[in-house]
Amino acid sequence: MNYLADVRALTRKDLLLELRARDTLPAMLIFVVATFVVFHFALPAGSSRLAASGLLWVAIVFTALLGLGRAFVPEREQHVLDGLVLAPCDRSAIWLAKSLATLAFLVVAEAVALPVFALFFHGLRGSTVAGVALADLGICTVGTFVGAMAVVTRARDLLLPLLFLPLAIPIVIGGVGASVVSDPGRYLGFLGLYDAVFALLCWAAFEYVVTE
Amino acid sequence: MGRTYRISLPGLAASSLVLVTLALALIFFVAPTDADQGFSQRIFYFHVSIAFTAYLCFGLGAWKALVHLWKRDPNADLESYVAIHQGVIFGSLVLLTGSIWAKISWGHWWLWSENQLVLFLVLFLFYAAYFMLRFSVDPGPQRANLSAVYALFGVILIPISFLAIRLAQHFIHPIVFTRDGPQFGGWILATYIVSQLAILVLAYTLYRLELSGKWLDLRLRELRATAA
Repeated sequence: MNYLADVRALTRKDLLLELRARDTLPAMLIFVVATFVVFHFALPAGSSRLAASGLLWVAIVFTALLGLGRAFVPEREQHVLDGLVLAPCDRSAIWLAKSLATLAFLVVAEAVALPVFALFFHGLRGSTVAGVALADLGICTVGTFVGAMAVVTRARDLLLPLLFLPLAIPIVIGGVGASVVSDPGRYLGFLGLYDAVFALLCWAAFEYVVTE
Repeated sequence: MGRTYRISLPGLAASSLVLVTLALALIFFVAPTDADQGFSQRIFYFHVSIAFTAYLCFGLGAWKALVHLWKRDPNADLESYVAIHQGVIFGSLVLLTGSIWAKISWGHWWLWSENQLVLFLVLFLFYAAYFMLRFSVDPGPQRANLSAVYALFGVILIPISFLAIRLAQHFIHPIVFTRDGPQFGGWILATYIVSQLAILVLAYTLYRLELSGKWLDLRLRELRATAA
C-alpha cells in the first residue's frame, strides 16, 4: 500500500506542476494539430485512407516524443532526481509515477488529436482507438525509461529520439496493423504483449538507471 | 583487470585462419551448385553463419550486462561492450551479404519482404544508439549501468521485433517471396557446419583481440596516472 501511496504522491506532483506551469500539454496539442496540417499537404490528392492511417501513427509517436523530452526537465533543472533517489521509496515508483503523468498528458493530447484527425481525414474505427490506447501504455513506459537514461547523458535531448525510435518500431507496426486490417485482434494482442514485456523490464531495471 | 583464458590469442587466430580457409575451399570447390539460384547461392553459407554469430554476440553482450548488474563483476561491463561491438560489425555484414544476395536473386538491393534483413536494420539502429548512449556518459559506474540496461533491452527487442516484422508482412507485403528452404544434406550440411564454426571462431578471436587491446589501454592509463 505504501508503494501505491508513493506512486500517487509522485504522479500528483507532476500533474500539479503541469497544471501550474502549463508548458508541456499546450505544446503537444499545437504540435499534433500542426503535424496533421503538414500531413494534409504531404499527401497528394487521391491518396488512400490507409496512408492517412499510417500518418496518424507517425503523429502520435512524435507528439509523445515531444512530451517525453520534457518529462525529466524539472528533475534535471532543480536536481529533484537526487532528492527522489535519496527518499525512502522504491526507485521503480519514480518511473511508474512519471509514466503515469506522461500517459495522462498523451491521453489528453490524443483526446483532442483523434477527433481532429477524424475531421481532417476520415473517421476512426474502434480498433484504431483500442490500438492507440494500448500503444500509449507502451510508449509511456518505454519512453519514460529511456527519457530517464537520456537526461543523465551529455547529449540529453539529442539522444532521446535515437534511443526511443528503434524501440517504438514494433509499437508502430502493431498500431498500423490494428488500424488498417479487417481482423485487428492479433495486432492488439501483440501491442498488449509488448506493453507487458517492456513494462516488466522497465519496472525491474529502473533502479540501475538512477543509482550507481 | 582482465581475465585469464585457457586458449591463447595466437592459437585462436591460427585456428580461425585454418577454419576460414577450409570453409572457403568447401564453399567454392566442394559444395554443389544450387539448381535454382546457381553460383550466387554460395553466399548463403556465410550470410546465415554471420547472422547466427551476430545474434550470439548480442546475446553474449546482454548476458555480460546481466552479470554486471547482478554480480557486479568488474570485467563484465567492458566484455558486454566488446561483444555488442562485434555484434554490430557482424550485423553490418549481414546487411551487406543479404543485400548482395537480394540483388542477385531478385534484382533489388533492398527488399522489405526479407524479414531477416529488416530485423537487422532495426537492430543496427538500436545498437547504433547504444554507442551514442555509451559515449555521451563519462566512464564510471553510471555508464556501466546505463549500457547494461540498454543491452538487456536489446535482447528483448530481438524477439519482439521479429514477431512485429512477421506481423507487418500481412499488411505491407501481401505477397511474400517464397523459396524452398535449403535442402540440407551431405556436402551442403558439412559446408554449412564448417562455415558456421569458422565464423564463430573468427568472431571469438576478434572479441578476445579487442578485449585484450582495451584492457591494455586501461592498464596503460592506470600506469600513467600513477607515474604522473
